[in-house]
Amino acid sequence: MTIDLKTIKQISKLSRISVDDEKAKKLEGDLNSIFEFIEKLNELKTEDVEPLTSIAETTLKFRSDEVKSKNIRNQILKNSPENNKDFFVVPKVIE
Amino acid sequence: MSDITSQTLSEIIKNIREKKLSSQEVTKAFVDRSEKSKLLNVFITEDFSTALEKSKIFDDKPNFDLKLPGVPIAVKDLFCTNGINTTAGSKILNNFVPTYESTVTQNIWDQGAILLGKLNCDEFAMGSSNETSFFGNVQNPIDKNLVPGGSSGGSSSALAGNLTPVTIGTDTGGSIRQPASFTGTVGLKPTYGSCSRYGIVAFASSLDQAGPMSKDVRDCSLLLEVISTYDRKDSTSIDFKRNNYSSELTSNIKGKKIGIPSEYRIDGMTKEIEELWSKGIEYAKDCGAEIIDISLPHTNYALATYYIVAPAEASSNLARYDGVKYGFRSIGKNLIDMYEKTRSEGFGDEVKRRIMIGTYVLSSGYYDAYYLKAQKVRKLIKNDFDEAYKKVDAILTPSTPSSAFKIGEKTNDPVSMYLNDIFTVPVNLAGLPAISIPGGLDTKGYPLGLQIIGKAFDEQNILNIAYAMEEKINFKNKITDWWIK
Repeated sequence: MTIDLKTIKQISKLSRISVDDEKAKKLEGDLNSIFEFIEKLNELKTEDVEPLTSIAETTLKFRSDEVKSKNIRNQILKNSPENNKDFFVVPKVIE
Repeated sequence: MSDITSQTLSEIIKNIREKKLSSQEVTKAFVDRSEKSKLLNVFITEDFSTALEKSKIFDDKPNFDLKLPGVPIAVKDLFCTNGINTTAGSKILNNFVPTYESTVTQNIWDQGAILLGKLNCDEFAMGSSNETSFFGNVQNPIDKNLVPGGSSGGSSSALAGNLTPVTIGTDTGGSIRQPASFTGTVGLKPTYGSCSRYGIVAFASSLDQAGPMSKDVRDCSLLLEVISTYDRKDSTSIDFKRNNYSSELTSNIKGKKIGIPSEYRIDGMTKEIEELWSKGIEYAKDCGAEIIDISLPHTNYALATYYIVAPAEASSNLARYDGVKYGFRSIGKNLIDMYEKTRSEGFGDEVKRRIMIGTYVLSSGYYDAYYLKAQKVRKLIKNDFDEAYKKVDAILTPSTPSSAFKIGEKTNDPVSMYLNDIFTVPVNLAGLPAISIPGGLDTKGYPLGLQIIGKAFDEQNILNIAYAMEEKINFKNKITDWWIK
């Protein structure tokens, strides 16, 4: 199978990464050569194989939900590109 | 006494404990050498003056019972360090200052280590040559314009160049073992679940593991002992009995069964790698090990599996970089436009490529054909190892299909870059521990690594085999300090 420019544009939209036409062309080539390589997996019959979803054969442990770090609100907000001292600020969402 | 920076970790610790060296002398030696080594471009963030202050605090009130008493160490910039920039080699995290410490780095500070700085790496650990870093290429101390491997390329270069006595890297598909192999150093990827992933910038969560990198096997065992701990803050951390790897280290491996997988004899393998492997087999025999031919039939499918699983997990993990809570933000017409521009400008090409592959293989209509298929093949790959380990105690292979290549040589061809990880990737897919040790030099004088793969949680065994072989190999790196003016 091949990935065309339209699909590239669609993936870019799903990934929330804007891609201009020149970059899209380059990606088309790259992704096709990568998927050509990946297609190799189709040589294998896997109908009866259980998928491996987790390599660590443990059940997830519960722990109580306790606050461990205190008074780091300002430090956290300081990392944001824009804030009003209480909240993160983003471009206007509701018209 | 030999020059401080060329000493092993164990020698430095001994000298500090015997008061032949102070923490300040050691720290100053590494800082001075690092100041003269800017050309290698290993540091993203230097923390030299704080390191010197901390070494004085240590010397004023030394505690020699700690495992890393006053030892300065630089770590890969993928570990969150409280109050100190953590970039993951990316523009998008360029100005990120964590408010918490990764468990693995906390473990080394708790044992008396002192942070020297944060080391360059491929962006979000995606790369095999350290060329995808926003902060530029890293030079390999072995030769000019040679890649140091990746993604822990700053770590391997700093280590081989004597800018840190040991270091910590992370390994998702070979990112500790391949750079170790390219720089003539030792690197170990622990069993999945051994070292906590808490506070490590996530790439592919079912594959990522932190691990030690060092100049010899003894140092490797000591650092592993410090960083491998059960951690409730990582839901996949495994609570098993960990050894005192360094005190239980032995070169007596008589009767150990070591498997040689025929499928690793790939097409186009260079003669030098083949010779290295044969030599490795002879060394193992000399150590008293029994060599057994084995088969890992799905080896040839590991890389394709990896390039579905890892990007799929990455596309999900990297969704958090949206220009809102931290990092770089680009201006957009509206919220969505801001997200799209931020991610387009904030991520480098390789990272975008992988996010897009991951998004595609997880998208509706393609999930079964790619992602589910890959998870099934991953199971087959793990079964291969389970089957092999009924007959053998460990597996010996080359670490990489070639020695280090030149900067720029493979950047235009992603698939040829990916092929670098052909011998290391199966180990991550199966969650196993593996160590790379220097096995010799090729005709150009570049190091080549041998990989020893173990059963899950059997780090002690591969460390012992590596330790025994290291003695026989008696490897010497050829480094001329060409970058120091």
